Amino acid sequence: MKLLRIVPDNTRFGFMRFRRVSFPFSAIGSIVAVVAFLWIGMNVGIDFKGGTVAELQAKSETADLGAIREAAGKLNLGDVEVQEYGTKRDVLLRVGLQPGGDKVQADVVVKLRATFEDKYDFRRVEVVGPRVSQELVQNGTIGVLLALLAILIYLWLRYEWQFAVGATIATMHDLVLTIGFYSVTQLQFDQTSIAAILTIIGYSLNDTVVVYDRVRELLRKYKKIQLHDLLDLAMNSTLTRTVITSVTTILALIFLGIFGGDAIRGFCLAMLFGVVIGTYSSIFIAAPILIYLGVRVGEGAASGAPKSNGTEA
Amino acid sequence: MFKQSTFKNVLIALTLFLGTYFTLPTLLGQEAMKRMATFLPAFLVPQNAVKLGLDLQGGVHVMVEADRAGLARDLVKQLQEDVRRVLRTERVAPTGGIVAQTRGVSLRIPDAAQRAKVLPKLRELATPVTSAILGNTGQLSLEIVDLGDGLIQLALTDAELNERIKRAVEQSSDIFRKRIDPTGNKEPSIQRQGLDRIVIQVPGAKSSKEILEVLKPGKLEFRMVAEPGAPASEIEVMEATDGQRSYTVERRVMVHGEDLVSADPGFSQQGGEPVVNFRFNVKGSQAFAKATTENVGKLFAIILDHKVISAPVINTPITQGQGYISGRFTVEGANQLAVLLRSGALPASFSLVEERTVGPGLGNDSIAAASLASAVSAVAIVIFTLATYGLLGLIAIVALVANLLLIFASMSLLGSTLTLPGIAGIVLTMAMAVDSNVLIYERIREEQHAGRSAISALDSGFTRALATILDANITTFLAGAILFLVGTGAVKGFAVTLCIGIVTTIFTAFTLTRVIVAAWYRWFKPKVVPL
Repeated sequence: MKLLRIVPDNTRFGFMRFRRVSFPFSAIGSIVAVVAFLWIGMNVGIDFKGGTVAELQAKSETADLGAIREAAGKLNLGDVEVQEYGTKRDVLLRVGLQPGGDKVQADVVVKLRATFEDKYDFRRVEVVGPRVSQELVQNGTIGVLLALLAILIYLWLRYEWQFAVGATIATMHDLVLTIGFYSVTQLQFDQTSIAAILTIIGYSLNDTVVVYDRVRELLRKYKKIQLHDLLDLAMNSTLTRTVITSVTTILALIFLGIFGGDAIRGFCLAMLFGVVIGTYSSIFIAAPILIYLGVRVGEGAASGAPKSNGTEA
Repeated sequence: MFKQSTFKNVLIALTLFLGTYFTLPTLLGQEAMKRMATFLPAFLVPQNAVKLGLDLQGGVHVMVEADRAGLARDLVKQLQEDVRRVLRTERVAPTGGIVAQTRGVSLRIPDAAQRAKVLPKLRELATPVTSAILGNTGQLSLEIVDLGDGLIQLALTDAELNERIKRAVEQSSDIFRKRIDPTGNKEPSIQRQGLDRIVIQVPGAKSSKEILEVLKPGKLEFRMVAEPGAPASEIEVMEATDGQRSYTVERRVMVHGEDLVSADPGFSQQGGEPVVNFRFNVKGSQAFAKATTENVGKLFAIILDHKVISAPVINTPITQGQGYISGRFTVEGANQLAVLLRSGALPASFSLVEERTVGPGLGNDSIAAASLASAVSAVAIVIFTLATYGLLGLIAIVALVANLLLIFASMSLLGSTLTLPGIAGIVLTMAMAVDSNVLIYERIREEQHAGRSAISALDSGFTRALATILDANITTFLAGAILFLVGTGAVKGFAVTLCIGIVTTIFTAFTLTRVIVAAWYRWFKPKVVPL
């Protein structure tokens, strides 16, 4: 049986040369992300801003969006966003936070039900009060920061400082670009997005760690080689793995996104972006940045060496 | 060194067996487990299937919060009464009365001798705060300060207030359970969260309406409808439950709902209209008998949560301590009121701060969508792996299946909930689990290319890849663990599957794949690893 080889054997691709392209590219990307975040902002879901979401399904063949808009407008609930959701029968209603604190939010659902219940099934209702949403924002932020901190401490313990700094920069890069992605696409930003961001951080680091492990191993093995070439060698020898893993993950995410329903589509999109960016940053940011962080060939890295049983070339 | 001890192999086999065993209820359904129980002793039949989250099976999730300020107000009112009682027995009258504040009361006693007499008595009002867990906390319920200038202040301490909130929330949880599930077959989950919140989850409930119903305080009172010309300070106006009328009723309460011993739905003898029959205890009976004897021909009001349900005429004195409440109820309404009254009044008022309701239709659709997506993803991963690695790919897939079994078994045993994002987490884990095999195989390939023999390439391939696998997975695990700590609901479900998936992935990579590859090598003795 002929096996599929995605990356030809003995590939010698000059990854490090690309840093002249990848660094400016990433810098521009990060600036765009920050500007988009500040300028456009995020499409923040009710998890983080509070309010009510109701998913309705018409008992008849099609939902009458105009009638729903009109009826909802009369309920005195402020701006009610009405949009088609997936099929012609499904409608999504979004109602902003009502003035008057936690107690009045529950009334929105009571009003909506009273108005629409005879013609529509309520498939899903979510109400998040103002204080809970604030807490969720707080928890989400703390979570992302805590995860970064924990991972950094781990990297610090496990690697020399140059690697830890490199991985941190690459991770920050992924984080900034992912937030920019949410801002530019106006994909809804909610609790699931925090899950996506943390998974992206995890995945990207996973990739970076695999690459760094190899760099470190080669640093111990070769004493007379340009760092530039050594990094290229490390990238090329882990390239097959990088590609295969990205492909399986991307395949899984694509099918989840296509068939998994509306609820997880946003998550899948963000993850797809994150997997691509994470893979890119491991190779084109995390590795070449070591050149600037003063990693030296021949100094040898003593700590935490895996038990080698002789591959001395 | 490509050898494993028999002991280790037995352990691996045992783990896999247990993994499969505990996944059985999830795979085959509870029905099959019941059939199994007919020919196996009960303790041998695995019990728990993986629990589906409310987003998959449909149901209502609400988080409610106790009204802390309201409870403090009640406590202050009570404190005011206590202080009044002390002053009365000591025959001391404060100038300006006993002033209620947000966290306590203050009073002015200008006369030093009187103050000296009263202060020790007031100090006796402060009791040690005891908590159910810690026992005596060593703190007092009240802080009593002589502010000088004759001013005395009594303030509730934080310890007391927190303890009261905690107790009120605990009692309320029990009351909620009785109200939501009077027959005990709905399996609601009612859990305290933090100091003053309760999360109520009712699988299968269609709307939050019925659950909001149970948040009512459930405070029942019997009062007289005020006669015309009664002093304004002794009466108040209350709306009727139908919202159409209002009544002027006396402030004085004849009988409280606490004196009820039973409340059952029934039908009135005259019209067959749904009513709620009730019975008082001795104290309530006596009070009710006295009031109805004195007021024959007048109206009395049955009041629930400050709304008048009905205001019937007292035709004859009611001395037996029982009666019924009618108020144009539906059968369902009478039922609900009976449950409400039986469960007793809530010690604090609650408001809803979060709701997530998923209808059964959406739940089913989500399960269908997620199953399809998982199946297609799995097939894609299998085809891709086989195409890339051939026979060794097959071993990777065996490891993957074992991985899935272990994930489901762990979830069943830990009692964790499978949510829609959780399924996404499992699919993601499948993709990442393949990664560990990829790392191993690519390493073996490289070693072989470097000129090693098959056995030597296999051995060092495994050893070297495993260090990397461990490193790489620890970072993702850290992210998942933190997500578990800060996330709520469905997102927590994602974190759970991600973390469990990483542990099982590492396990299968370190053990199962290695054992199978070793067995394959011993069996076929290949000169070259086909990679």
